[in-house]
Amino acid sequence: MTVTVAEQLPGTEDSFADRYAGATRDVYRRTLLDLARRDPLVFCVDTDTGGLETTFGTELPGRYINVGIAEANLMGVSAGLAATGLRPYAHTLSGFAAARACEQLKVDIAGNNLPVRVVVTHGGLSSGHYGPTHHAVDDLAILRTMPNLTIVVPADAAETEQAVLATADLPGPVLIRLGRAATPLVHDTVPEFVPGRAAQLRDGDDVTIVATGPHPVLMALRAHDELATLGISARVLNMHTIKPLDTAALLRAARETAGIVTVEDHLVVGGLGAAVCEVVTQDAPVRVRRIGVPDRFIDRVGDERDLLVAAGVSTERIVAQGLALAEAQRNDRALAERHHASRAGSSSRG
Amino acid sequence: MTSLEERARRVRERVLKMGTNPHGVHVGGSLSLAEILTVLYGEVLRVSPEQPDRPDRDWFVLSKGHASAALYAVLAEHGFLDPAELDTYAQAGSRLAGHPLRKLPGVEFPTGSLGHGLSLGLGVALAARRTGGTSRAFVVLGDGELQEGSVWEAAMSAGHEGLDNLVAIVDRNRLQITGGTEQCVSLEPLPDRWRSFGWAVAEVDGHDIDALRATFAAVPATPGRPTVVIANTVKGKGVRLFEDQKKSHAVQLTPRLHQRALASLNAGRTT
Repeated sequence: MTVTVAEQLPGTEDSFADRYAGATRDVYRRTLLDLARRDPLVFCVDTDTGGLETTFGTELPGRYINVGIAEANLMGVSAGLAATGLRPYAHTLSGFAAARACEQLKVDIAGNNLPVRVVVTHGGLSSGHYGPTHHAVDDLAILRTMPNLTIVVPADAAETEQAVLATADLPGPVLIRLGRAATPLVHDTVPEFVPGRAAQLRDGDDVTIVATGPHPVLMALRAHDELATLGISARVLNMHTIKPLDTAALLRAARETAGIVTVEDHLVVGGLGAAVCEVVTQDAPVRVRRIGVPDRFIDRVGDERDLLVAAGVSTERIVAQGLALAEAQRNDRALAERHHASRAGSSSRG
Repeated sequence: MTSLEERARRVRERVLKMGTNPHGVHVGGSLSLAEILTVLYGEVLRVSPEQPDRPDRDWFVLSKGHASAALYAVLAEHGFLDPAELDTYAQAGSRLAGHPLRKLPGVEFPTGSLGHGLSLGLGVALAARRTGGTSRAFVVLGDGELQEGSVWEAAMSAGHEGLDNLVAIVDRNRLQITGGTEQCVSLEPLPDRWRSFGWAVAEVDGHDIDALRATFAAVPATPGRPTVVIANTVKGKGVRLFEDQKKSHAVQLTPRLHQRALASLNAGRTT
């Protein structure tokens, strides 16, 4: 997919691409600071992640708290701050939020429905060569089990900005999952972001691709283009909110297309693909092909894209699964027609 | 005005009554808290049942949530709930769970999983400090609970921040489920450990009401530091057959046991 630099943002000399250049977390830090300048209740709670102390911490030291390398304490302190009426943004890595501090996040933040925004980086395989201690491919599975928690996975830097702004006033807790290194822009204009509503990036009525996260969404868009050259029209949904899930969009996809391919930088266990299956099996059974990280630890050394492709998360596999779903539906129809024809034939003999 | 001694006795009596339900009660660690909670609610905490959410209140966190029965008894003593509701403890549909729920007025945070409370109190104390508020946070910890690493994450952070509006109270009854704390994983030298984390330490007899009163009146023990009150207590205090017994951790009081326990409690009655 090519990224066009079409739009000049009002009031700025920057092009869209310039404005949203860099990693999602860089754009996030700028957005948080903008938010904090307008809202004196916004606090920044850090676990020595690096980068917040020189931005937020320098400009607003009275509202910057570094609890040190202590993720359990991060969650409890943030819950305490929020209980008094403040709006803390708590920062750590995704794997550490979901696993190490899982219980504090569950009991103290989600359990009390407190408006803490837990903003995590290094989601999925974005920590790349750092290795499996830093990979977060089970985070969504864990976090999805927490009632009250809104879970958001922006697809690029522009969407990150919009997600932060759109979730700022939600009454309950929110987790925003970002990556580490820069990823290409998915959007070429500032996207509308409605929490809990999937963004339909491409229309289509043969198959549906549902993706979450920067690389999966980019791969889905590329697969859409390749499938189009093969005569398959693929709908692409950017499922940026994992919880609450946009069940209406999924049920429409299940009823209107031959099947759903899910794409995520997360285990096939418990993540987006599992969540989609939970929805469609109940109300609109349809074939679902889950593309994600297999159920095993990854000790391969590589960057994010390399690890994803090695794990089987690639444009090629999305295309192959899309073709397979379309073919399966053709076979179903052919079988049904033959069945119908043979029944018609037998009744004419009788 | 009922004396604090009599209130503490009544707290114990009510804890024993709650223990007659079929699920029993964490009796030992509830009885050891009777004077601590009575003095805190009677003379120290700026809280009001009429306005449990007033922004300038003090915050109380029972980090050792399994001693909920003692908290409920004290909340009933101070008008946060009707004493008659104590009879519903642990019953189906009750607001009084084995570990406290936030839907109960006066309960700021649900606790029970050990090692959470000090971080919560730290967050509240930090909020007051950074916004110019006058609230203080009081967190009651079990001594066995101090084996949770998360306690020391919070202790290190609070010491660093120098939060003198944060007070931790350790119910130092020296027993946990399998036996002595020092036999399980030793906590001593406990005062030195807290001091080395930047805390001011006050040691007190946790059953001496006048001593508790004086200690709490003097917090922060050192300006610019959080205070830990190490309250030396006896698990099961007030009921001879439960005192200093590891078996008193959780007990279901049969009618006969309840009568014996009440007799023991009231034999020591001075008023």
